[in-house]
Amino acid sequence: MNGVLDQMLAVLAGDRQADRVVPPTGFTARLTIFTAGAMAFLAVFALALSMASGRLADRWADALARTATVRISAPQGQMQAQTDAVMAILWTTPGVADPRVLSAEEQRALLAPWFGPDLPVDRLPLPQLVELTETEDGFDAEALRLRLAAEAPGAVLDDHARWRRPLVRAADRLRLLGLVSIGLIGLATAAMITLSANAALAANAQVIRVLRMVGARDVYIARAFVRRFAGRALQGAAAGTLVGMIAVALLPGADPAGGFLTGLGFQGWGWIVPLFIPPLAAMVAFWATRAAAFRMLTEMT
Amino acid sequence: MIELENVAHSYGGGDLLTEVGLTLAPGSFHFLTGPSGAGKTTLLRLCYGELIPSAGNVRLFGQDVRQMSRDDLARTRQRIGVVHQDCQFLNHLPLSENVALPLIVSGREAEADPANLRELLHWVGLSRQADALPPELSGGERQRAALARAVIMSPDVILADEPTGNVDWEMSLRLLQLLVELNKMGKAILIATHDLNLIRAAKAQVAARVLRIKDRRLLQAGANL
Ligand SMILES: Nc1ncnc2c1ncn2[C@@H]1O[C@H](COP(=O)(O)OP(=O)(O)OP(=O)(O)O)[C@@H](O)[C@H]1O
Ligand SMILES: [Mg+2]
Repeated sequence: MNGVLDQMLAVLAGDRQADRVVPPTGFTARLTIFTAGAMAFLAVFALALSMASGRLADRWADALARTATVRISAPQGQMQAQTDAVMAILWTTPGVADPRVLSAEEQRALLAPWFGPDLPVDRLPLPQLVELTETEDGFDAEALRLRLAAEAPGAVLDDHARWRRPLVRAADRLRLLGLVSIGLIGLATAAMITLSANAALAANAQVIRVLRMVGARDVYIARAFVRRFAGRALQGAAAGTLVGMIAVALLPGADPAGGFLTGLGFQGWGWIVPLFIPPLAAMVAFWATRAAAFRMLTEMT
Repeated sequence: MIELENVAHSYGGGDLLTEVGLTLAPGSFHFLTGPSGAGKTTLLRLCYGELIPSAGNVRLFGQDVRQMSRDDLARTRQRIGVVHQDCQFLNHLPLSENVALPLIVSGREAEADPANLRELLHWVGLSRQADALPPELSGGERQRAALARAVIMSPDVILADEPTGNVDWEMSLRLLQLLVELNKMGKAILIATHDLNLIRAAKAQVAARVLRIKDRRLLQAGANL
């Protein structure tokens, strides 16, 4: 591994002469740089997507996992009795911590976004809400539902799982898709570099023959090409990453109060991660070109 | 330094060469003759490991070519100067860098004396063309450049395929002179040529042996030319 690293560093540090033995190419070089840049730009977005959906999945799973609500709908006269019954059940249910009857003010605050602040909560036949927290071990939601149905027929347990699970699953899937995209972008970059390296090698068949004839070793010949392509990939990917990061930074910000969606983007140390894209692209180009060069060289004596 | 032992070669189809034995010792001077298509170029290519014999053994500096790695082969070629019949260059580099190419690729350029390069170019009459690109050169100029490139590393063996095919008699003698001087320094020389006058001129200066390919075999031609 150390040898490989040394070799890569030696290649990137370069040998001006080894560069000169291969004729310069203007147009294909620009194409390679452009493609590497475009790939890096896409990689930045795929990365932003998977990191943002990862955060989303974690937050939903975290924040919602530990709370649940019991909603009691009963005629005015029975409300207090059923609420008491529910509280009695909750206090004795293993895995439930701190059941708490929401006050009229709290319920009004919850409804305010929908109906305005002047809602006369006490005069409306609103259900009574009881909030509870799960302990580490959690509770058996099915068993609790059965007990509630038997002793307080107006009470419904909403453990949020019904709508939380698909959302968390979707966010997880989104993160996976982002990672798969990054992998595909890497492979596509390798394929693109291989194609253009093969084209360059074929176009320079005479150069390679002459070098081989005057006693150049395979690594020397390969190095001239490898250095070029790694350099181009590095340049292109650096530009693409920069533009991509600026574009992500300029995206409209997410609601800081922690609204429903987190913004697509990087947070804090997350901004470091895309900076790995250019060196990775250079590494991909290094290996792709090296493999292509050695494949071609072993076909000549 | 180069030994061929009972070597045969075929490009597919029948054997082009069979039962070839040849030893190039330090300080030896050989000419290789034979009709066009007899296999002179093929024999030279066997001598620097571009071709692997279909039978028999080729040893370069004591190593069997079949056992040599690609890097071994590259290092061996740094000790064998070759002038090809069709001289190929790096067309984007000026002549002087092309001539110095063996030094460049072996990493010995830094320790080389630039005066040597100038002197060598002067000897082959290419001082004025030092900055020209190879496609701008005449056939004879290319041949002289190829010879200069073959000898710049001061190799132990020089294999030249028709090195004087495109140059006038005076320049032929000049190139021969260069090879003779190198031979006197102990280099082994093998020249494939049709030019009997060149062979005669060489024989006046060194003990050159003449080999001839006839009926797929390599024969020692007598003193009679
Ligand atoms: N790569 C190849 N594949 C197949 N046949 C080949 C190849 N190279 C040479 N030959 C054949 O081998 C024979 C000998 O070729 P070679 O080049 O060795 O001849 P030569 O003696 O150097 O001729 P000349 O004096 O014209 O240069 C020729 O008939 C040629 O067609
Ligand atoms: Mg020939």
